[in-house]
Amino acid sequence: MSDKTRLPTGQEAIREKGWVGAHRYLILRRLSQAFFLMLFLLGPWFGVWWVAGTLAGSRTLGVLPLTDPFVLLQGMFAGHWPEATALLGALIVLVAYALIGGRVYCSWVCPINPVTDAAHWLHERLGLQKGWQPKRTTRFWILGAALVVSALSGTIAWEIVNPITMLHRGLVFGIGFAWALVAMIFLFDLVVARRGWCGHVCPVGAFYGLLGAKSLLRVSAADRTVCDNCMDCYAVCPESHVISPALKGKPGETPLILSPDCTNCGRCIDVCSVNVFNFTHRFDHHLKTGEGAANDPNTSHAA
Amino acid sequence: MAGGCAMAGSLLAYLAHQARALPADALRPPGALPEDAFLAACIRCGLCVRDCPYDTLKLAELGEGGPAAGTPYFTARDTPCEMCDDIPCVAACPTGALDPALQVIDDARMGTAVLVDQENCLNFLGLRCDVCYRVCPVIDKAITLELSHNERSGHHAIFAPTVHAGQCTGCGICEKSCVLPEAAIKVLPLRLARGAAAEHYRKGWEEREAHGAPLVEDLIDLPDRLPGPGTDNLATPGGFDPAFKLPGASQ
Repeated sequence: MSDKTRLPTGQEAIREKGWVGAHRYLILRRLSQAFFLMLFLLGPWFGVWWVAGTLAGSRTLGVLPLTDPFVLLQGMFAGHWPEATALLGALIVLVAYALIGGRVYCSWVCPINPVTDAAHWLHERLGLQKGWQPKRTTRFWILGAALVVSALSGTIAWEIVNPITMLHRGLVFGIGFAWALVAMIFLFDLVVARRGWCGHVCPVGAFYGLLGAKSLLRVSAADRTVCDNCMDCYAVCPESHVISPALKGKPGETPLILSPDCTNCGRCIDVCSVNVFNFTHRFDHHLKTGEGAANDPNTSHAA
Repeated sequence: MAGGCAMAGSLLAYLAHQARALPADALRPPGALPEDAFLAACIRCGLCVRDCPYDTLKLAELGEGGPAAGTPYFTARDTPCEMCDDIPCVAACPTGALDPALQVIDDARMGTAVLVDQENCLNFLGLRCDVCYRVCPVIDKAITLELSHNERSGHHAIFAPTVHAGQCTGCGICEKSCVLPEAAIKVLPLRLARGAAAEHYRKGWEEREAHGAPLVEDLIDLPDRLPGPGTDNLATPGGFDPAFKLPGASQ
C-alpha cells in the first residue's frame, strides 16, 4: 500500500498517459468485441454473408469452419461423434486459443464480457460489498458437471443455460426470452457476487483457461521494480489473484503472469502510470531494470 | 463444493429434460437424427437456417415453447419444406445432426401427414377438393385417392385422400395447402403420428409368400364361407340349409 492507493483507480495513469493512453486496451477490446459481433450481424442486417452461424459454430467466407470446442466436447460426451467439418472447426479454434491465450476469448470476443464489465462498473460506482465469493475453482466443478450431465442426459447440457451463446444467438437470430437470462447475469454480478459469473462460475471460461494454460501470449510485469504500489492493477483486474506472483515475485522469479486465469485483457497495462506491464511471449523472462531497485524505500512500502 | 455442484448439475439435468418437450407441430429439418441423438449432435449454430432458401427453418427461441432452445424446426402450416434437390440444410450442418447420409430428398422422413379430421375434409364429404393430393411432391405414392361408395348421395364416389407413411417425407406442403381455415390434414412428428407393430408380430400372408408354400405342412384347408352355391353361406339359395332354425330367425 502507498499514498497513491487511496487515489481513484486510474487517475495517475490518465494524468501521465492521457485518457486514451490509459484506456488503450479497453478501447481496443470493446472494438474487438464489436467487430466479432458485427461480423455475425452483417449477414442478417445487411445481407453481407461473410460470416454465417453463431459462436457455437460458424462458416466464414463460405469455407472456413469454426466450432466451439466446449460445445462439441459436450456433444461427444452426450454420445455423438461429429462430422469432419465440426471437428476441423474445433481444431482451428483450439490451436488459435492455445497460442494466444484461451481466455482471450473471454475478454476480446465473448458478448457477455461487456455485460459483466458493466455490472462491475456499476458495482464500483455504488460502492457495493463484494458479496458471495465462491472459490475460483468452482467453475472447474461446473465444467465437470456440465460434461457429466451431458453424458447422463444425452444433450449438450450447458447450451440449455449458456448465456454466451444464448445472447449471441439472440442478437443474430432473434432474442426471445434470452434477455432475461442476460439480465440475471448482470444482477448476479451486481448484487450477489462481484466479478462472480466470469471469474467464478462460467465453465466456458474455465474450459478456455485450461486450453490456454501454456499459451504464448502473456502479460509481463517486466518493470516491476518501478511499481509504486498504487494497487490500481489489482482494482481493474478481473482475476486479481494472477498479478501477485508476477508483480511481487522475489528476485529470480519470473515477471510473467503465467496463471491460466489471466484473460489477457490488458487493463493492468492501461492503468499503470509507471508502465510496469507489457504484452510479451511466455519465454521472455527478462526484467527491464535490475531487481536491486526493488528494495528502494522510495518505491515500496512508503508511508 | 461437490454437493453444490451435484445440486447445480441436477438442476441442469432437470432443465435438459424439460427442454426436450417438443410442441406437436414442430418438425425437424430433413435428415435430422432421431430426437435423442439430435439433441446430442446439434450445436445450435443456425447454419441450416441460414442456408434454407425458403426461410422455412427457424431456431427455437428461449422460452418460446419451441423445441430445445436454439435448435432448428419448422411449422408446416406456416412455411413447409420445399424439398430442395440439393438439400442445402443438410450440407450446411457441421456436426451431422442433419445426417449427410440423406442424399435424396424423397428419402427424408421429417414427419408424416395424417388426415386428422375426416368430418371436415371436403373430399370425405364427397366433394372433389383434392388439393392435398395435387400438391404432394410425391403424388400417387405418399398420398393416393381411394375410391369408395358415397352412401349419402347414393350414386357418387368418395375420393378419400389416403396417406402412405412409408412414402411421405413430412414436408408439410399438404397441410400448408389445405383450403380449410384449420387444416384437416396435418403433418405430425413420427413419434405422434405412428404406431409400431410388436417385435414378434409376423404377417402370415407375407411369410407364406416369402416361403413360397404354407409354413406348416399338411395343413387342412377348410372351406371358406363365400357367397354363392356350394358353400355353407346361409343367405344364398342352394347354400347350406340347417335342419334346425332358431325361433324368429326366419326373416
